[in-house]
Order: sequence, then structure tokens, then C-alpha cells
Amino acid sequence: MSAAEEVVTEAPAVEAVPKRAMTLGYGTSLVVLAALILTPLFVKNFIIFQMTMLLIYGLAVLALNILTGGSGQFSLGQSAFYAIGAYTTAILMEHFNVNYALTLPVAGVICFAAGFLFGQPALRLSGVYLALATFALATAMPQLLKLGFFEHWTGGVQGLVVTKPDAPFGLPLSQDMWLYYFTLAITIGIYIASVNLLRSRSGRAFMAIRDNEIAASAMGVDVSLYKTLAFGVSAGITGVAGGLGAIAVQFVAPDGYTITLAISLFLGMVVGGVGWLPGSIVGSAFIIFVPNIAEGISKGLSGAVFGVLLFLVIFLVPHGARQVALIAQQLAAKLKKN
Amino acid sequence: MELFANQVLAGIATGAIYACMALAVVMIYQAIDHLNFAQGEMAMFSTFMSWQMMQWGVPYWWAFILTVILSFAGGILIERLLFKPLAKAPVLTNVAGFIALFAIVNSVAGLIWDFTIKQYPTPFGSSPFLGSQLISTHQAGMIGVTLLLLAALYFFFQFTRIGLAMRAAASLPESARLVGINTSWMIALGWGMASAIGAIAGMLIAPVVFLEPNMMGGVLIYGFASAVLGGLSSPLGAVIGGFLVGIFENLAGTYIPGVGNELKLPIALALIITVLVVKPAGLFGRPIVKRV
Repeated sequence: MSAAEEVVTEAPAVEAVPKRAMTLGYGTSLVVLAALILTPLFVKNFIIFQMTMLLIYGLAVLALNILTGGSGQFSLGQSAFYAIGAYTTAILMEHFNVNYALTLPVAGVICFAAGFLFGQPALRLSGVYLALATFALATAMPQLLKLGFFEHWTGGVQGLVVTKPDAPFGLPLSQDMWLYYFTLAITIGIYIASVNLLRSRSGRAFMAIRDNEIAASAMGVDVSLYKTLAFGVSAGITGVAGGLGAIAVQFVAPDGYTITLAISLFLGMVVGGVGWLPGSIVGSAFIIFVPNIAEGISKGLSGAVFGVLLFLVIFLVPHGARQVALIAQQLAAKLKKN
Repeated sequence: MELFANQVLAGIATGAIYACMALAVVMIYQAIDHLNFAQGEMAMFSTFMSWQMMQWGVPYWWAFILTVILSFAGGILIERLLFKPLAKAPVLTNVAGFIALFAIVNSVAGLIWDFTIKQYPTPFGSSPFLGSQLISTHQAGMIGVTLLLLAALYFFFQFTRIGLAMRAAASLPESARLVGINTSWMIALGWGMASAIGAIAGMLIAPVVFLEPNMMGGVLIYGFASAVLGGLSSPLGAVIGGFLVGIFENLAGTYIPGVGNELKLPIALALIITVLVVKPAGLFGRPIVKRV
């Protein structure tokens, strides 16, 4: 409305996170890893299933984190890529009898392509406009999956049932436990790859774009290439997560991949700390367990309890789990000195 | 051709709903630079308050005025209590706050007034307007109120001191503080006004979509889309955007084969994105020029 607002230097929407601060220390990583490997040996199958979902959503949040925390682009459309990945896996397994492990790379590649292509028009948009565009993608996806045209493959509204794989080589593991370790291996692989990606030349290009697009392009970063690349990588990882999700839940249906899922993933990223990759697991735990806790506290008011808990978290730690980790680190350093 | 004209007219009628909501969206965007995801739920809550007053026997217009005042106060209260402490937090954390507010308001309204659909009265009557079956007097009244609101907002922002102060606080907060504007209260005022406009929108929409806690879900999405289409910095653009979205949605439903109710929304959104790719600041918005 006024002339003045045209020349304001906007603060970057996502704050700069230094590269080193994006990961955990060596020792802490080992402890977390040990806990993730050992816990399933002592708990019931249902809890193992929940832990599998924790890892799967963790992957999806990690993917969003690379996009938003890394390259500074918003997305409310992650559920669409998750759905594409899930359906790719389900269709390959059920219609073509492809081994479940082989479907995941296919899901990843297809989603990478989808994300890369979607990144092209999204290049012209930023901030709320990009949020709206990705939001449109997320609302359109369930409707597209229901279309009669694809019904032969997607199963329409009913969806598809996916068989759960048994442990290979006659290993004495239950299906749930095997799937958990399978997921864990993939998660660790993708996590290490993501950390390396953000430390590489491409990762630095992402962050340069996030911090100041104009300056980045002045320094010779190909802004459009890296922005679409970030979209592609993020979509690809989300697709793998979607595929794993389809195997774990044993079922895909259009209504499982609505905008609610995209919003959950977004909340997971904020709670975990934007741009802090290990926080993805914390965020994923929040979106899986807190709605259950809220339901447990009050059935009728579960939405309100969830909202209040979310407010508590963002009031206490506006920067998410990353802030908690930083405080813990400082405390540890102090204790060492004494 | 007659079908076409009729569909355009029907589109304008639905567009009035979106235009109303888009005005509220632009209002809050002017004040805080974010889209408030809880806006629709706040409007729904206000509408329920007015309904409750009418159940207690308060006449329509008294309930209307009281609700607008209460919503105004409520909006300010929400800002002071919940979002002022988050002013220094990252943008995305604020967005998470809106989502939390959404969940709380929706759930509380569901608990107080339950999820059954309720009739809501209209002050304009629902007979056909000027002999047309497609547009009722209520919808005509709704268009009238929207235009009236638009004019009032224009007057407020252009010709009053406080409107000027709000514009200053939104565009250059630091300079505004230096000339003595209390920017923090300007934001609160923006919340209050957005909440009041949302309440008016809610009370006008309720006779059409019926009153229930989830009534605003779809409307808010179209409201956002309209506001973005018209340009988030322009109230006039938002209203025109609302009408355009309404018209397009109806035409797409009529003329593109295979488009049922379910595909209307994706198609409307696809159109908007196409427009944005060509004109990234919306139809009437000013492009933002950044300084490095």
C-alpha cells in the first residue's frame, strides 16, 4: 500500500544454521544408535511397529528439513510425495510382484523426478505463495488418486493391501522386528547421505540460497538448478519414506495422504528444530505420540489438549529440540570445567 | 449463452463468501505479515457466539454488533496472550502456533456446541433477488456488505491517523517506532480488526454453508487463494480475487467434463498457481523489491 515497503530488506524467513550445528556429536550419535538397535529386543510387537513409524516419519521430516532448513523453501505438499512413494511401492509389489526392497529405490527415483519437475514452476514463487502452491498439490493428490482413470492400478477409494515381508535367509525375527531393522538401516543410510549432502558443495549452495538468494547468484551459484535440486532430493527421500510406510501399514488408500499429513510433517520439523537434522526424530516422536497422549488426557477435547501442548513446546523452546540440545551441550561443558 | 451468464451469476454469489474471508486474510497479513491459519476457526467461533446470543433471545442486529465487538476484543486478547511472546521466535514457529490455535478453537467449539449442523438466520431473507433464481437476496446482501466493508477499510487506511500508523508499522516497523508509533499495539489492533471482519464474514456465510465447527475449512482455503490471487497487499484485489475464484470454480464445474465437486478445489488452485507463475505478486499486489 505504501511506496516504502518496496525497498525493505527482508530478513530471511529461515534463520541461518551453521553447518556444524546441523548434526550431533560423535559420542551422542553412538548412544542414540545403540538405543535404536537394542530397544526392540525388549518390547512388544506393537511398540516395535510404532518405532518403525517413528523412523519412517523421521525420514519424511528429515526430507522437509533439507528443503526448508537447507535451501529455505517452504512446502506444505510433502504428503503428495509421500503418497506417490507409497503408491509406487504398493503397485509394484502387488501388481508386478517386485521384491519390496527393490521398490524403494524406484519410489525414490520417481519422487525425485516429480519433485524436480514441481520445483520448476515453484521457482517463481517464494514464502506464502510457495506455501499455497505446495498446499494445492497436497489437496489435489488424494483426489487424483481416486480418479477412475487410474482405478485399475490404484484400487480407487478402497486402496490397495500390501503384504508384509518375512525376514530373509531364515533369520529368527518376527515380521515387525525385521521390518524395523530394515527401516533402521535405510534411515541411517539416508541420514548419513543427507549430512554429507549438506556438507558438500551442493549443500553449501543450498545454504547460500537460503541466506541470501541474490548474493548467492552473484557468487556464481546456479540458483534455479539448486532450488529445484533441493525439491527433488527432498521429494525423493519423502518417497522412500512413503514406500516404507506402505509396507509397514500394509495398506495404501487416498485418504491416508491428506493435507493433515503434510501439516503433521511441518509441525514435526518445527518441533525438532528447523535445519537440525537429528531433530527430525524428535519431531517425528512429537507428531506420533502427542496426539495419542492428548487423546488419553481428554477424549472430547483432544484437539485442544494437542494445541495447548504444542503451544507449551513452542513457548518454552521456540527453536525446537535444537535449542534443548544446545542448552544440554553448554551444561555439559560447564560440568567438565568444574 | 444463458447457461454461461447464469453460471457467472452463481459464481459471483459464491465468490462473495470468498471475498469476505479474503478481506479478513488481507487485514491480518497487513498487520503481521503472515497468513493466519486459525482465522477461519476464529470466525467460526464468533459465529457460534452470535448464534448462542440469538438462542438466548437477543435480536439479530444486536447480536451482530455485540459479536463484532467481542471478536475485536478476542482478537486483541489472543495476540497479547499467545502471539506477542512469540514475536521474536522464528516465522515457522509462529505458523506452528497458528496451527495449535486452530486445533484448540475447533475442539473447544465442538465441545460447547457439538458437531451437529445448525440453521443460521439471515437478515436479508432468502427470496430470489430481482427475479433471478441463482442469486438470493441474502447473497445480494452479502455482496453489499462486502463492498461496504471494503470501502470502510479503504477510508480507514487512507484517511485516518491510526490507519496511517498501522500501514507505517507494517511496512517499516523500525522507522515507525522512531516517529513514535507503538508498533506492538498496532499489531494487536490488526488482530482485533481481522478477527472482527472474520466474525462478519462468518455471520454472513453461516446461512449458506450452515453452522458447524468445520464450516470454515473449505471457505478459508478459498479465502487464502482469493487473497493470494488478488495480491496480499491489496484489499480491493482480495475482493476481486474472491469473485474471480467463485466464478472460475463454477465455470470449471459446468464446462470441463469429469469435474465433480471433488475436483473443483484442485482445479481452482491450479488456476491460481498458473496466475502466480505469470504474476508472482498477484493480480493487484505490488511486487516486493529487495535490497541486497
